[in-house]
Amino acid sequence: MEPHYEALEDENTLELPSEPMRLNMGPSHPAMHGTIRMVLELDGESIVDVDIQPGYLHRGFEKSCERGTWNQVFPYADRLNYVSPMLNNVGFALAVEKLIGLEIPERGTYYRTILGELARISDHLTCNGASAMELGAFTPFLWLIKVRDWIWDIQEQETGARLTHSFGRIGGMAAPPTDGFKESVLAIFDEIDHAMMESEALLLKNRIFLDRTQNIGNLSQEHAIAMGCTGIILRSTGVDYDVRKAYPYMFYDRFDFDVPVGHDGDNYDRFICRFEEIRQSMSIIRQALEQMPKSGPVSCDDVRYVYPDKSDVYNTIEGTIAHFKLVMEGLKPPPGEVYSFTEGGNGELGFYIVSDGSGTPYRVRCRPPCWYNLQACRDMLLGDMIADIIPTFGSINMIGGECDR
Amino acid sequence: MSKKIIDRLQKDHGDAVEETSDFRGDHEARVKAKSWKKVALWLRDDLQMDHLIDLTAVDYPEREPEEPRFEMKLFVRSTKTNERIRLATRVGDGEKIDSLVEVWRGANWAEREVFDMFGIPFEGHPDLRRILMYEEFEGFPLRKDYPIDRTQPLVAYRKVEGTDKLPPFGPDEGQPWGRIDWQKRLDGEEVQVSPSIGVQSGDRKALSTGPEHGE
Repeated sequence: MEPHYEALEDENTLELPSEPMRLNMGPSHPAMHGTIRMVLELDGESIVDVDIQPGYLHRGFEKSCERGTWNQVFPYADRLNYVSPMLNNVGFALAVEKLIGLEIPERGTYYRTILGELARISDHLTCNGASAMELGAFTPFLWLIKVRDWIWDIQEQETGARLTHSFGRIGGMAAPPTDGFKESVLAIFDEIDHAMMESEALLLKNRIFLDRTQNIGNLSQEHAIAMGCTGIILRSTGVDYDVRKAYPYMFYDRFDFDVPVGHDGDNYDRFICRFEEIRQSMSIIRQALEQMPKSGPVSCDDVRYVYPDKSDVYNTIEGTIAHFKLVMEGLKPPPGEVYSFTEGGNGELGFYIVSDGSGTPYRVRCRPPCWYNLQACRDMLLGDMIADIIPTFGSINMIGGECDR
Repeated sequence: MSKKIIDRLQKDHGDAVEETSDFRGDHEARVKAKSWKKVALWLRDDLQMDHLIDLTAVDYPEREPEEPRFEMKLFVRSTKTNERIRLATRVGDGEKIDSLVEVWRGANWAEREVFDMFGIPFEGHPDLRRILMYEEFEGFPLRKDYPIDRTQPLVAYRKVEGTDKLPPFGPDEGQPWGRIDWQKRLDGEEVQVSPSIGVQSGDRKALSTGPEHGE
């Protein structure tokens, strides 16, 4: 049927109003996981401007750290990036150890490496799975989350908790590896490989997935560097900055692994880089399991910083005193300030800590990788369509706990 | 971190440097607050420190009144040479400091966070608003004199201009039940919604006056 227009003077009457429309997205929008709010200026469906407003998950991490002992920071650090808590635990422990100048036994460092890389794998599996799910592919999500659950089983076997381990300690780890540690880690690797291959087979030749990720959410190299991006976001633009390679900490200089980089800095590159990084992490874990000493302590025995054995506490006066001092006053690093950084799940996770020589941190600053990555999200979104927010925001892997602290 | 950069800084900007330190391999140079932006530009252009890592502050209230209270910290690295440096400066309470957004765009949110948490105003920042806290938040939480258990006053509903809903969304929109005051409807009054809803949405007229008043 022909449309019927009454009082049609001339063609101009049909023109639609052209001022941009303002739209609120979030904070409780299903795609804004991690609770952030975006205020969009839209021209039709394309994004003219966007104001990203984080802060809905702010719980005062840095302030809370200033009222406990140094060891009491670990539970808070767990909740920064709750998808890979072990990396945060180890990152904070390394910072305080740098401040003290503490060396931990080789076995403990390998143990940290392996648990940390397992956490990295689970982080990337979650992000890629969720990104695919938000584009309508539910099956890869289920497969990837299934293998992530097995990683969590190993973490539970080692630490006693699936998500918030609080397993790191200043000067080592809370407990040595269990007996079947090596076997149980190696047992799931084939399954992870298999799940990733199956997911790639479903996604990487899928027209819908490719159309919604390739050339969407582009970020240029110069912008990424100037905005302070790190991690996958920076590497997907072609910059090969990985803290593990650039400034090797722990024993990362002993392992043979590659740093995957992208080319265009779009959603597709970020997706591919994450999967490739999982494979590299598995290779690191294999090498670390080979090199790890079969026996020996995982914590150093400096009683000024590390709790003595329980049998010593109950049977010797030195042990009792050391335990009492550590519990009542906390360990006391020398006065000073250090910045220590590791490669977290999303990029450079830095801890800048200031000590005044007392048992309480004077200032703990967490340099959250998500914070700077999310800031660059505006550059990625401008000019794209409103539907592109979902894959782009998903590929940033914004973790509210870390971003808002 | 690199000693070379500290040496070059002392050579080129010797008058701006107040103090240098080296603790556990972290090299830091403290500069005068008024050369803060100049040194930052020099770091970016002459030393290719193009990668902004972090910008934050530390509060030392006991330094007052002899010395300024806050210590700003800037962490940068170079993607070309992999060198790192920490730059510091001291700012007093209420004193302004030059914004570095023109030098590194990534400083935008970092400076907003420092403003939000410490109340340090930045001169030349394009969009200085609170970022983690809400607008009505009182005080600056990361200052040492902000008590951790302080409670904040309740914030009233914000009045935002131009967001009034137009018909056909009436005062009962979004209210699942109890929205019609039946006594008023039977009395044939104009405002028929129950008082609790009526107050919230400004006593707007009921759109429908009931089936018997139709047409």
